[in-house]
Amino acid sequence: MAEGNGKNGSSGNGATGNGADAGGNGAKKSPVATIVEGAKAVQVQATEEIKALKQLDKTDVWKSVLRVKHDETPRSRALGVLSNVFLHLHPAKINRDAVAYNYTWGMGGMTFYVYITLVFTGTLLMFYYHPSKVVAFRDILYLEHDVPFGKLLRNMHRWGAHLMVIMVELHMFRVFLTGSYKKPREFNWVVGVLLLVLTLLLSFTGYLLPDDQLGFWAVTVGTNMARATPLLGHDGPFGHQLGMTPFNDVRFGLLGGSIVDSNALLRAYIWHCVAIPIIASAFMVVHFWRVRKDGGISGPAPVQLETEMKEPRKI
Amino acid sequence: MRPGHKGHEMATLETPPSAPAPESKAKPGIVDAIKKIFAGEDPNPERVIARRRRFVMAGVLGFLGVNFLMFLRFFFPRALYEPKTKFLIGYPSDFGFGVDTKFQNAHRIWVVRNTEGIFVISAICTHLGCTPDWKPSENKFKCPCHGSGYDPEGVNFEGPAPRPMDRAHVEVTPEGQIEVDLSHVYRWPKGERSEFNDPGAIIHV
Repeated sequence: MAEGNGKNGSSGNGATGNGADAGGNGAKKSPVATIVEGAKAVQVQATEEIKALKQLDKTDVWKSVLRVKHDETPRSRALGVLSNVFLHLHPAKINRDAVAYNYTWGMGGMTFYVYITLVFTGTLLMFYYHPSKVVAFRDILYLEHDVPFGKLLRNMHRWGAHLMVIMVELHMFRVFLTGSYKKPREFNWVVGVLLLVLTLLLSFTGYLLPDDQLGFWAVTVGTNMARATPLLGHDGPFGHQLGMTPFNDVRFGLLGGSIVDSNALLRAYIWHCVAIPIIASAFMVVHFWRVRKDGGISGPAPVQLETEMKEPRKI
Repeated sequence: MRPGHKGHEMATLETPPSAPAPESKAKPGIVDAIKKIFAGEDPNPERVIARRRRFVMAGVLGFLGVNFLMFLRFFFPRALYEPKTKFLIGYPSDFGFGVDTKFQNAHRIWVVRNTEGIFVISAICTHLGCTPDWKPSENKFKCPCHGSGYDPEGVNFEGPAPRPMDRAHVEVTPEGQIEVDLSHVYRWPKGERSEFNDPGAIIHV
């Protein structure tokens, strides 16, 4: 496909150029000469095209779709990052000391990596899981004992979820220790806290989905805490005065009923698989973008070693 | 916002008390009011545009707001397909002294008979809503979630539970069976009056 496009693109340009030439000369020369000249031009063009096709990686299409080796200039190397959709969020240049693992612990990036893994394994698990009572637990057993690699995927999802919570917290701890929440990064700290909450919500909603005893009672306990929500819970402060009952309070809204039943399972499933991942992804985009806008990873002022000064980089 | 805009507003605010006030008093007709609204008399086009922009913005936000309310209301269904809260459990003579757990799976209740009569405990821990286990050897209910303990009458004596377990409304039907109504419970909140002796909380037999 790349070849075809390259050929069409270049021949199109060539044809218009030749057409203009032929028109300009045609006023003086005979029609035959014009035709001959045109034919020659086409031949030259074709030769060039064939030559160009031998060096595929020099065609525009190739260079725009696939990665090419950039010249050894700082500008070109920067462009290599900026012109790639997957890398453009990264800064073209970073302070070496700021990305040292003993400074960042790599926790933010690894959290994102684990999140991608969770999205992938979770999507695969969705091919076997029915979010309804009785069937849900049976599907878990099916995944565990029969589906090829089902046990592996489910456990990757489960342990990945635990790991993500741990990593998010370690990331937060690192950011706190390095003072990276300070100006101008206050906004990103807040986004990060929201992402922590969303991570915990993902964990919580995923807890119910196996519909086993552990998850069922955990969600019973968790949603019973929502009864005590101020104003919005029927057991909470001012809840009764605002007319809250077990049938219209925030717990009811979470469960879709007054007890943890099929509606609750379905709601947990949708929050877990659709709504919260979308919200979390949006916040992640903001989070990463903001890291860049706030001047990259925080850290000490750039240091240039003496050894580096002696031998400047190839330009 | 713009300096010119502000100046103009000041001017209009100052002028009305002097001239147009008596005129509006003389002709308070609704037709005039409508004419005034639709005449587009405001000489400052920026203000007109700002007003229209505000109107459109209010419309859009209002629409989204109503949609959001709809979205919220959507989460609260009217009809529920939940287990019945009113059911028959048999005749008083079916129950001997002590705790009967045979309806725990079906209805989440325990039927208890003591020297006073028969009552029905709703098998929901008053701490965070798990189902405690009846431990016959220890003669107590023990919640597996956080360790609340209750005596055979459902009165808490250990763990985080804040009050005794609720008791369901019971009455004897004309056929002589016991009818339990879980939607009507009797409670004994800490430091408050016990409802456990209210009519309907216990069947004296």
